[in-house]
Amino acid sequence: MTQAVWSQLVGQEPAVETLSAAAKSAAALVDGETTDSGAMTHAWLFTGPPGSGRSVAARTFAAALQCNLGLGCGGCNGCRTALSGTHADVRLVVPEGLSISVAEMRSLVQAAARRPTTGRWQIVIIEDADRLTEGAANALLKAVEEPPERTVFLLCAPSDHPEDVSVTIRSRCRLVTLRTPPPAAIAQVLMERDGVEERMARWAASVCGGHIGRARRLATDESARKRRSAVLRIPLGLRRPSDVFVCADELIKTAEADASEESKVRDEAEQDALRTAMGSGGTGKGVAGAKRAADAAVRQLEKRQKSRATRTQRDTLDLALVDLAAFYRDVLVTASGAGAMLNHPDHATQSTDAASQWTPASTLRRLEAVLACREAIEWNVKPRIAVEAMVTTLREG
Amino acid sequence: MTASATAPEPLHLVLGDEELLVERAVRAVLDSARKVDATAELTRVRVSELTAPQLAELVSPSLFSEGRVIVLESAQDVSQEISDAVMSYVAMPADGIALVVVHTGGGRSKAAKALPATLKKAGATVTECDKITKPAEREAFVRNEVRTAGGRIDAAGVVALIDSVGSDLRELSAAAAQLVADSGGKVDEDAVRRYHRGRADVTGFMVAEKAVAGDRAAALESVRWSQQIGVPHVLVADALADAIRTIARVSAAGRGNPNQMAGELGMPPWKIRKAQGQSRGWNGTSLAEAMRIVARVNAEVKGAAADPDYAIERAVLDLIAAKERR
Repeated sequence: MTQAVWSQLVGQEPAVETLSAAAKSAAALVDGETTDSGAMTHAWLFTGPPGSGRSVAARTFAAALQCNLGLGCGGCNGCRTALSGTHADVRLVVPEGLSISVAEMRSLVQAAARRPTTGRWQIVIIEDADRLTEGAANALLKAVEEPPERTVFLLCAPSDHPEDVSVTIRSRCRLVTLRTPPPAAIAQVLMERDGVEERMARWAASVCGGHIGRARRLATDESARKRRSAVLRIPLGLRRPSDVFVCADELIKTAEADASEESKVRDEAEQDALRTAMGSGGTGKGVAGAKRAADAAVRQLEKRQKSRATRTQRDTLDLALVDLAAFYRDVLVTASGAGAMLNHPDHATQSTDAASQWTPASTLRRLEAVLACREAIEWNVKPRIAVEAMVTTLREG
Repeated sequence: MTASATAPEPLHLVLGDEELLVERAVRAVLDSARKVDATAELTRVRVSELTAPQLAELVSPSLFSEGRVIVLESAQDVSQEISDAVMSYVAMPADGIALVVVHTGGGRSKAAKALPATLKKAGATVTECDKITKPAEREAFVRNEVRTAGGRIDAAGVVALIDSVGSDLRELSAAAAQLVADSGGKVDEDAVRRYHRGRADVTGFMVAEKAVAGDRAAALESVRWSQQIGVPHVLVADALADAIRTIARVSAAGRGNPNQMAGELGMPPWKIRKAQGQSRGWNGTSLAEAMRIVARVNAEVKGAAADPDYAIERAVLDLIAAKERR
């Protein structure tokens, strides 16, 4: 019987087995019953397709390691603080910008060298380890290779390909592969954890492509549903030449709106908080100097915020592109008569329609165009140029 | 000249940021002041380093009212306090002092923005020194320079000179004077070519214009020149993309009056008119191909290709090939 915390991990039975065995050995180590590390090791790499719950897995594992009872009861102080990210010995690195810098990693390595304050484990979780720059990965290398006795590194990388993380890091970690959770399990979670009504939960689970977070967003957010249906209108909506630019424009505008909406909410508040912290609005001697320092700090903050906005914009765009790619995949599946599960079962009529109009070769060219666009955006191509080129190809086939 | 007896105007406003012209305007004021008083001295102060008392000292009348020319530079950074001090002096100018305010026309603070207007109202002699951006203005400038130096230049000579020297006025002016001296007054294209070779100014837009026109030789030439003088690859790639997508958008919108289409397409009418002209020779398929090419080169110049120079050249060739293939 597995412990309560593992219920967080939806449809990942093999991974849960590995991790709970490791937690058990870890508990034995901490209690001094044995010196054999057994199933426990010092560095773990969680990989899996987007939405499979890599960071949840990492946090859950952290909770199991910090659990006062030893195995992850889910109710004790250690479990709860580790899960919510407030445990003193669990350090979370959640990159909001485009990459994780060397400086960030160097300070993290120092922190990781300390002994755990609660006497169990010092845990470092790096979400999106694929965003480590080369320099940052190298700075981390030594620490991951031979960490202090009670330090554990948990890295997450959004891929079904562990090769997205540099080989030097990868070879020092034990790999935990998460799989795409089955729709039934996702629907179950939506109903139980988020209180979504059954029909909506089943629908969201069926169209989310195995991405739990996306399913929750679709089930609870009306505008996300609208955006998805707007994206899925594109493939069959490209009749006139000018439609290309209208559709491309819509894709870009939505992404930009998403980014600016988020930055509007957060940027100003953050800047105000920083200015207050740097003593703005003060009077008297030395104000000018303080103001200069504050301005420099604010400029740095603005730089970080810009990086974050760019990332939000790319993420939104990427989401739309993934939906599009899935549609073309559906068309291919329908045309081949394979009867495999569709990514967008609710748009089955459209994909059947398209399958009868297009040859598999032209569908494949369209699918390739979408994937090429994703890659181009990663190469920092201006989104508008990349998207317009893609939509042009989508229209042509 | 009979100006020797008349004192220079007490207040001058030099408006604009074309350095050479600003310099000349200041020099002209100094010259006219020296005509009255050969010992007139020139004082230059940056407004940002000036305090109100300093200004008062500079402009206070002196015992023998010697000629003085006081230049307040970068007046666009003026503070309210200095601006007030200047205006209170302007109301009661001292004898023999010429105050020259050099202002770019911009400015951040309210006082700085309002300064030119208030000075004009106070009766300042205004010299406009705006940046020369239009080709026609630059040509007029060159012709004028040659004439001032005592020579004559024909139209082909002007074009050749600007092509090979670039758009920096100081260099153009120096080159013009030198050419007049070397060629004995009559400057034509041959004379220019004898002393100047190559091309100083190639922008990404020029490359793009040649490429979408399908002129292979000219396009390649301008690509090579742009590489020679170090135009960033990203700019060339962006210009290519912009040219192609403008043509594609305009031709997708169909024929129509540019002025009416401007609102719908979100572009200025002249750009639409130009794109309508350029769209001749392109069709849907070739434009689609071109869109893919410019998207590709955009990634290539940002690190996807080993050699961005080659990537640009290939993209230009591919664009022309796509146009011809239709």
